Amino acid sequence: MIEVKGLKKVYVMGDEQVAALAGVDLKIERGEHIAITGPSGSGKSTLMNILGGLDRQTAGSYTFEGEDVGSFNDDQLAAFRNQRIGFIFQSFQLLPRLTALQNVELPMIYGGVAPAERRERAAKMLERVGLAARTGHRPNQLSGGQQQRVAIARAMANQPDLLLADEPTGALDSNTGREVLQLFRDLNAEGITLVLVTHDLDVAAQARRRVTFKDGLIVSDDKGSAAA
Amino acid sequence: MRRMELIRFAGGAIMAHPMRSALTALGVVIGVAAVVMITSIGLGAQESVTKAIAGLGANLIVVSPGSSRGPGGFVNMGAGQNISITGEDADAIAREVENVNSVAPVVRGGAQLAAEGTNWQTQIQGVTPSFLDARDLAIASGRMFDENEARQGRKVVVLGPTVVANLFPNGEDPVGKRIRVGKVPFEVIGVLEAKGQGGFGQDQDDTVLAPLEAVRSRVLGRRVRGDSVQQIMVEAASAEVLDRVQEDVANLLRDRHRIRQGEEDDFQVQNTTSIMQAASATTQTFTLLLGSIAAVSLLVGGVGIMNIMLVAVTERTREIGLRMAMGAKRSDILFQFALEAVTLSLGGGLLGLIIGATGSALFAMALHWTTLVPPWAAPIALGFSVTVGLVFGSYPSWRAAQLDPIEALRRE
Repeated sequence: MIEVKGLKKVYVMGDEQVAALAGVDLKIERGEHIAITGPSGSGKSTLMNILGGLDRQTAGSYTFEGEDVGSFNDDQLAAFRNQRIGFIFQSFQLLPRLTALQNVELPMIYGGVAPAERRERAAKMLERVGLAARTGHRPNQLSGGQQQRVAIARAMANQPDLLLADEPTGALDSNTGREVLQLFRDLNAEGITLVLVTHDLDVAAQARRRVTFKDGLIVSDDKGSAAA
Repeated sequence: MRRMELIRFAGGAIMAHPMRSALTALGVVIGVAAVVMITSIGLGAQESVTKAIAGLGANLIVVSPGSSRGPGGFVNMGAGQNISITGEDADAIAREVENVNSVAPVVRGGAQLAAEGTNWQTQIQGVTPSFLDARDLAIASGRMFDENEARQGRKVVVLGPTVVANLFPNGEDPVGKRIRVGKVPFEVIGVLEAKGQGGFGQDQDDTVLAPLEAVRSRVLGRRVRGDSVQQIMVEAASAEVLDRVQEDVANLLRDRHRIRQGEEDDFQVQNTTSIMQAASATTQTFTLLLGSIAAVSLLVGGVGIMNIMLVAVTERTREIGLRMAMGAKRSDILFQFALEAVTLSLGGGLLGLIIGATGSALFAMALHWTTLVPPWAAPIALGFSVTVGLVFGSYPSWRAAQLDPIEALRRE
């Protein structure tokens, strides 16, 4: 589904050039559950931003289902993020003024889904993540775990091909973190492709494939089965 | 449809900080209200001036004695005395100037009127029957005196409605009654139709008309010298010939008064159209001047909107980043913020329009001024507000749309 070849990302900081990605090759198949680990500054977040269409590579190629994402213009990238990708962030990034249901509706609004269908789908997604009773709550009325579930429902709203999660359990205690990871496994079992960025090895251990980054390069790609 | 949702986002953001939004819009509220009020008061003043002058009669030329003799007490040649305009001048105008409908010499003075048990101080005008035509006056009941009665100086009067109301408070018909003007008895033969208040607040109905000769000899007596009159009203045949007639009248009078080339006229000739134009040009200038000062406050209001929108973009950087990650195009972000600015200024404009219109109505009631909120005030005021919002909202919106989503999401 995804093929990345010779991917480089170079930032210019003053006179210095910093290579966040120094030539990465990676193939991701549909239905995979991948954890990307590595110390901070190793390039894992940069890769995720490029995979998600938030950033562009300096060199190399990125094809998604045969499409050259690197050649997309801003509007095409926006549509790509909207239709193909679901983002989950460490800090949830829910809009505080909107209810859980309205937050889940957000990507569908930019996707042009009609209001009635949008509400129905958002309600279904919230039910799927176990928050059917919380649709009218605002983020500050929800616990951290609940907020992250809303964010997951939002990421799933447009039925994306790929879920990208950046430290999804980083702001949660270990119990709720486990629940969220279980939810990810369930969603993966239903067929969604999942890429999870974390520096927590326990979290990474739950994935079926673990890719480790160091200094902008992949240093290991472990396709052994996940520790149950 | 997508755009409709963005309108909701913009509205939501405004309602999230009602106090701040209200204060932001306040500049536009004040600006629009000021422009609307000043314009309506200015236009009202212009209209009442126009009405007042038009009330004198259309295509009217007014000849009056020269007002000043200049510094040093300039003494005229010839008879060695101040020659003012005379009844003979009026006759000459009627005889010699073309395209003249009527010529009406006027003498006037204050007079004490008395009926049975009532009296009233007013102004009596000695006129000829053509005065009615020249001033666009009409008789409500009874009749106007005719040329014969005028020439003979018959002691008859035509009363204005205000005079009737004060002399005959019980509502009896004054026609046929006798009243005294000063000590001289006159017979009431007619009543004028009401003309209402003049543009300068004077009551046009508080007047009495009588034959010129009668007023001159019986009422004013020694107050008028010889054949002189205070005014000659000349009604031109049409607006087209007005200037020609005015010129001809002036030339004729210069001839008759033996005024040589380069000498100052001892009379003034004005026509109502030019008086009207001069007066309305003055009020127009003032309206324009004050209106543009008020419009400056609209600009200040726009700067206020820009300021708050820049703050909002900074505050909501993370929201912008998130929306972009969720698939918002840069144009969606631009549209949302521009819409927010326009909504603020348009809301301010609407409120300002209401306040301005209400204010000018209160003004009119409290001060008895004529104010006029023209129908085009609404579209202009609202169009202006939208423009202010667009102009001053565009830079903050552009800044929002240019944000880098990764940077924006990382912002605390």
